[in-house]
Amino acid sequence: MIETAFTPFQSLGGGALIGLAAVLLMAALGRVMGATGILAGLIQPANLADWSWRAAVLAGMVSGPAAVLLITGQAPVVQVPVSTTMLIVGGFIVGIGVTFGSGCTSGHGVCGMARLSPRSIAATTTFMITTGITVFVIRHVLGA
Amino acid sequence: MRLVISYFIGLVFGIGIAISGMANPAKVLNFFDIAGAWDPSLAFVMGGALIVAFAGYRYVLKRPAPLLSPSFQLPTRRDLDLPLIGGSAIFGVGWGIAGFCPGGALPALGTGRTEVFIFVAALLAGIVAAKGLQAVIANRARAQA
Repeated sequence: MIETAFTPFQSLGGGALIGLAAVLLMAALGRVMGATGILAGLIQPANLADWSWRAAVLAGMVSGPAAVLLITGQAPVVQVPVSTTMLIVGGFIVGIGVTFGSGCTSGHGVCGMARLSPRSIAATTTFMITTGITVFVIRHVLGA
Repeated sequence: MRLVISYFIGLVFGIGIAISGMANPAKVLNFFDIAGAWDPSLAFVMGGALIVAFAGYRYVLKRPAPLLSPSFQLPTRRDLDLPLIGGSAIFGVGWGIAGFCPGGALPALGTGRTEVFIFVAALLAGIVAAKGLQAVIANRARAQA
């Protein structure tokens, strides 16, 4: 376990930018800003035009940390408090879950909730609860 | 033009994720660890994103069409079913184990950290496996019909 500082202003500002990106993508291309959908569409593209906008969005996302370093002079902090095995197992489970659940924190949690979609509200409530239970079990029951 | 705009939209998202702390699994997991090292920051990420997206969508979706595409591509289903709830429940378990969600991990690739690449590779494997499973289920349903 690593203690992290409470950062209300950065988190609110960063969140506002995430929301802004969602609004801009809807205004420009009419698409939902969901990481799952964008990634899944890259693996199984409908056609080249459909693949290329997703690839461009992904390239932009990946440039984010470098842009933050350039603007603020500080690289974003990434602290991984879990083992490689947990990254692999967790990553695989996330991939299965978001595919069957048709979305993740960005698609359901931000875009869907902002449209007051009942499916997204149900999905977000569900995964927030199971994530909380999982963290509690790992940290306080299993004591990892 | 479409691609340049798409790139900059992705960049805004990536900067937002990087600043907010969503790319940092320690911070994400601490948000859920109310009984331990609780860090409530992520509620502010969600709040900031939802306020902007809610207000912005209201305005954008009143328009007849997006600027660079013929129509809005919005999910239309409103029913709750087992794949949605079960899949979301499974996603939460994985998120709680690894601390990365897809939207947090993709921008984090830009930090060049090996752990992020490991997570994203496993994520892709999970997506491919689930798509295969979905195809099997669809075939079986068709065979029974």
